[in-house]
Amino acid sequence: MKTGTLLLLFLLLFSACSTGGKANPGGLSNAQASTIVNKGSDTLVNLALAWAEKYHELYPEIEISVTGGGSGTGIAALINGTVDLANASRQIKAEEVQQAQANGVTPKEFVVARDAIAIVVNPTNPVNELTIQQLSDIYSGKINNWKELGGEDRVIVRLSRETNSGTHVFFLENVVRMGDPNNKTFFSPDTLLLPSSEGITAETRDNPNAIGYDGLGYVTPEVKVVAVGKDASGPFVMPSAETVNSGKYPIARDLYMYTNGEPTGKVLDYINWIMTPEAQAIVKQLGFVPIK
Amino acid sequence: MNKTQKPTEFILTLLIKVSGYSAIIFVLMIFFFLLREGLPTLQEVSISNLLSTRWYPIEDYFGLLPLLGGSIIVTIGAAVIAIPVGLFTAVYIAEVAPRKTRDFLKPIVEVLGGIPSVVLGFLGIIILAPNLRRLLDLPTGLSALAGFILLSAVAIPTIVSVAEDALDSVPRSYRDAALALGATQWQTIWRVTLPAARSGVITGVMLGVGRVIGETMAVMMVTGNAPIMPIHLNSFISPVRTMTATIAAEMGEVATGSTHYHVLFFIGLVLFVISLGINIAASSAMFKQRKRSERILS
Repeated sequence: MKTGTLLLLFLLLFSACSTGGKANPGGLSNAQASTIVNKGSDTLVNLALAWAEKYHELYPEIEISVTGGGSGTGIAALINGTVDLANASRQIKAEEVQQAQANGVTPKEFVVARDAIAIVVNPTNPVNELTIQQLSDIYSGKINNWKELGGEDRVIVRLSRETNSGTHVFFLENVVRMGDPNNKTFFSPDTLLLPSSEGITAETRDNPNAIGYDGLGYVTPEVKVVAVGKDASGPFVMPSAETVNSGKYPIARDLYMYTNGEPTGKVLDYINWIMTPEAQAIVKQLGFVPIK
Repeated sequence: MNKTQKPTEFILTLLIKVSGYSAIIFVLMIFFFLLREGLPTLQEVSISNLLSTRWYPIEDYFGLLPLLGGSIIVTIGAAVIAIPVGLFTAVYIAEVAPRKTRDFLKPIVEVLGGIPSVVLGFLGIIILAPNLRRLLDLPTGLSALAGFILLSAVAIPTIVSVAEDALDSVPRSYRDAALALGATQWQTIWRVTLPAARSGVITGVMLGVGRVIGETMAVMMVTGNAPIMPIHLNSFISPVRTMTATIAAEMGEVATGSTHYHVLFFIGLVLFVISLGINIAASSAMFKQRKRSERILS
């Protein structure tokens, strides 16, 4: 009986707390505040959050809700009309455009930032530069020992992001298949698919056999970044904001936001603000590459 | 309603009944949901594709064999470690250890069972995998070996707890009789107590193995998730990809209603059927035990 009353009391307390919690922000965001819903790429999610926070500081009447879930999820939500802005770490596919048009949505593309994919190895690894061809051979399983690349006699342990990651798809198309749409090369099946960027960093930091790839923003000083060359004659380039924007670093990609048709009103204001030096400074802070 | 029954009693009985039946309803509903979302796979993907050895869903290669193999090899490995260690621990706690040690050990083992597996996985990435690589001179420590060492830590507390309860419920008189006949303590344990508690012990083992098959986070973090067929002798020390880790890793970004989505549910269906089988085996062992003890008592 005693425990029963206690339980009831707890329940009452909890329900009181939760309604109280909900009532407050509800009261704050009155009818005049308006919300921009932004969803998509996990690569972009931290950047999008940082932008949203800053923008909300500058214009308190605009609330921006940001969620991840992946590029595909964001674009699907745009097609279904549930978001104002979709983030994507890859370009929208032709079939997705068709789906969108069937739903009366015309996706409009904005490049909001760039991202370099850095090739990382263990700091003790003597290999300093690799060509795209060599990277493709490593990941497709043609090269299996660091000896063949001028390193020590060690088995190569290939690390990759999971197949649902936009970064994985980008790497497959632009490195493993070397940008050739007719090339049907695969990742070697013994490639380790790690669920997070942190997993790749941890294993590369520790394992002298490992090679991995990661967005520039995720690279820590504990791993060694390899210079990449388009072909054997070089030049071999380190990833950085400058080399990405000058087009010298070969494994870089644009990061996108998509709107439904030409944006207007608050969404247009927000997109315009993202292109300002102020917003692009945040891009650099988070380790991505600003577009200007 | 029985006339002599108080209304509170009636409500309580009803509540208990509803809770009991709701479990059955939930299981059935989950099963039908899995069927509804998983069975379209059989229309969309050819059987030869499903039974192939290549898993690469973004290019429509849906070979389930490497995933099934990965789950099996990790489960077998974990069972090989966890069953003897778990049983010996249970025997020690129930039969050998002095009262004080026993009161101390049992709760500790149960706390071990309560550690979230993601924490185990974290320890696995930071401590276990690097040390395995160094000690055994492997290309990488992220392997089936690291997976089943961690998984045995998940299974052992279940096995110990259930088996110890079973051993503990063997009547004192059995042991006294065996000892009185001149059997040593070891003979008593091996020939009398363990056989008497057999079904309970088997149940513990089954439940432990069931936990291993369904475990996801720890496995996903330390096995490397490479979909290789584990058919070679060195498969135990190579990376593998399990069914659970595949679902967890890929469910996030898969488009609802796509073939890939259906295949993931199909994998869930396979897992569900496997763990259902194990649980049915475990509970039939448990019911058998009850019948026998009823026989003995009557």
